[in-house]
Amino acid sequence: MTATIAVTTVDAKAKRPWRLPFSPWHLLLAPLALLFVIPLLWLVLSSVMSDAEINRFPPALWPSAIDLGGFRYVLANALFPTWFMNSLIVSAVTVLANLLFGALGGYAFARMRFAGSRALLAAMVATMAIPFQLTMIPTFLVMKWLGLIDSLGALIVPSLVTPLSVFLLRQFFLSLPRELEEAAWIDGCSRLRVLFQIMLPLSRPALSTVAVLTFLSTWNDLTWPLIAINHDNRYTLQLGLTTFQGLHHTQWSAVMAGNLITVLPVLLAFLGAQRAFIRSIASSGLKG
Amino acid sequence: MPRRLPTPITLAARRRHGETATAWTYLSPSVVVIIGLSVVPVVWSLLLSFQANDLVTPSRFVGLDNYAALAKDPHFAQSVGNTLLYTVCYVPLSIVLGLALALALNRRIRFVGLYRTMFVVPFVISATAQGVLFSFVLDPQFGVANSVLHHLGVSPQGFLTDPAQALLVLVAITLWSGTGFCVVIFLAALQDVPATLIEAGRLDGAGRWQLLRHITLPAIAPVTVFLVLWQTINSLQVFDLVYVTTRGGPLGSTTVIVYFIWEQAFRNFTAGYGAAAAYVLAIVLLAVAVVLRLARHRNVQGAPR
Repeated sequence: MTATIAVTTVDAKAKRPWRLPFSPWHLLLAPLALLFVIPLLWLVLSSVMSDAEINRFPPALWPSAIDLGGFRYVLANALFPTWFMNSLIVSAVTVLANLLFGALGGYAFARMRFAGSRALLAAMVATMAIPFQLTMIPTFLVMKWLGLIDSLGALIVPSLVTPLSVFLLRQFFLSLPRELEEAAWIDGCSRLRVLFQIMLPLSRPALSTVAVLTFLSTWNDLTWPLIAINHDNRYTLQLGLTTFQGLHHTQWSAVMAGNLITVLPVLLAFLGAQRAFIRSIASSGLKG
Repeated sequence: MPRRLPTPITLAARRRHGETATAWTYLSPSVVVIIGLSVVPVVWSLLLSFQANDLVTPSRFVGLDNYAALAKDPHFAQSVGNTLLYTVCYVPLSIVLGLALALALNRRIRFVGLYRTMFVVPFVISATAQGVLFSFVLDPQFGVANSVLHHLGVSPQGFLTDPAQALLVLVAITLWSGTGFCVVIFLAALQDVPATLIEAGRLDGAGRWQLLRHITLPAIAPVTVFLVLWQTINSLQVFDLVYVTTRGGPLGSTTVIVYFIWEQAFRNFTAGYGAAAAYVLAIVLLAVAVVLRLARHRNVQGAPR
């Protein structure tokens, strides 16, 4: 009995067609995933190649030695460090302002009963659907009237707080149990202290979502800096990069070095806080 | 949302008095920025579109002249055509590809996290950086793309410098960066499809294809409609990538609507004309949103509960 069973299993094994040691889905996914990453790899590789290697035909696919000439050229012939600081200042101020004003506004909507709350919330949600091109010309005129054109202020003020930030935080505050605050009120806490000492420490996921979405849209924006800024010492990285490329379009290793400087902060932030990024991207979509 | 039972005297009720002032104080930054820099400009834009305005000198009322001129402007017609072609290519491709990848990733295999990372990474890269990178990769002379084609025995291509290819190349670049967004959204939606539903279908003898067709796809239909809306609205507004790579060329083959608006307002200083074009685009966007919202509404109501 046992012998026959053994024989049949061996038979079955012999008959079974050859099998991959891994799921066949990898055969589809691995090449596709590589295809998505290769351009970025090429960005990194070409930034450390010499122009001689790049301009050869056919161009080298792998640097023979690490050549930092591109980076040296970029630092000597362009204002990348200034642009980097400008981008950093604009993004940092915008993110902090969105967290602060978004939390204040979101808290008012979530927890306070006040005249006009419904109409105001509806108006804010409706403004999320307004396309930027519709507002960009008057926004330019407003910024000019405020004397902010051609300053970092023009880049910061229009996005100090977005309706999305207010809305996302309002939704999150609504999901927190009220009992937590009520205990604090018995102790005589003010509204502001309740918000800052009880609500916000519990709201890290929503705060990080607001931070991620604000950072991505601010750091990566080109349209508005292009309109609002004229002098190159007030450029952001995106504006500086495209201008630099226009002026040095044959020096590809330098252009790619500049490109890497522009991309690296976002890339590192994404790889370092991937969960927060993916969750933020997903929530930016699913709320709609 | 669960309704809470009213307690006789809640602390909240005691606090209600005088909250209106506090609430509006908390909301004042939001109100100033959002109403001031979005509601006011919407009205202002409408007024501008009835004026001749050069952003410097006082403007002159011209009625519907800007709109009449738009209707006859061949450049505007071309930009509308280009934008529609771009959208019609990009939206379905990104959604089908995103769904296919999400379905492939939504199973118990190794490295799912790694794959997802690799598909999403390009999404966080700015359109500027994408444009600069692909201007290099696709450079007809020095680009690596032509050298790969050379190895494959294909003659060199013009890519972004070829009027017949440029727009499609832009679609391909956006697919590279935008598909990851669809993957993330679809994966989240697929993970919300109740496993019991799939199991029930399997017990009823449904095959893989039938499960997908009759259970999974209907379950994620609202998300799909949302993505169609989102992707359509975004691709009708494409600008940065065009500015960086082609500046609307060659021969106007990649001039899209927002590029047209920007050029009119900030290059030619015909802001009223640009505002009129922006209004045309906004109305199209609104129409798309309304149509898809109705589609989703019908979808949600028709879905079995």
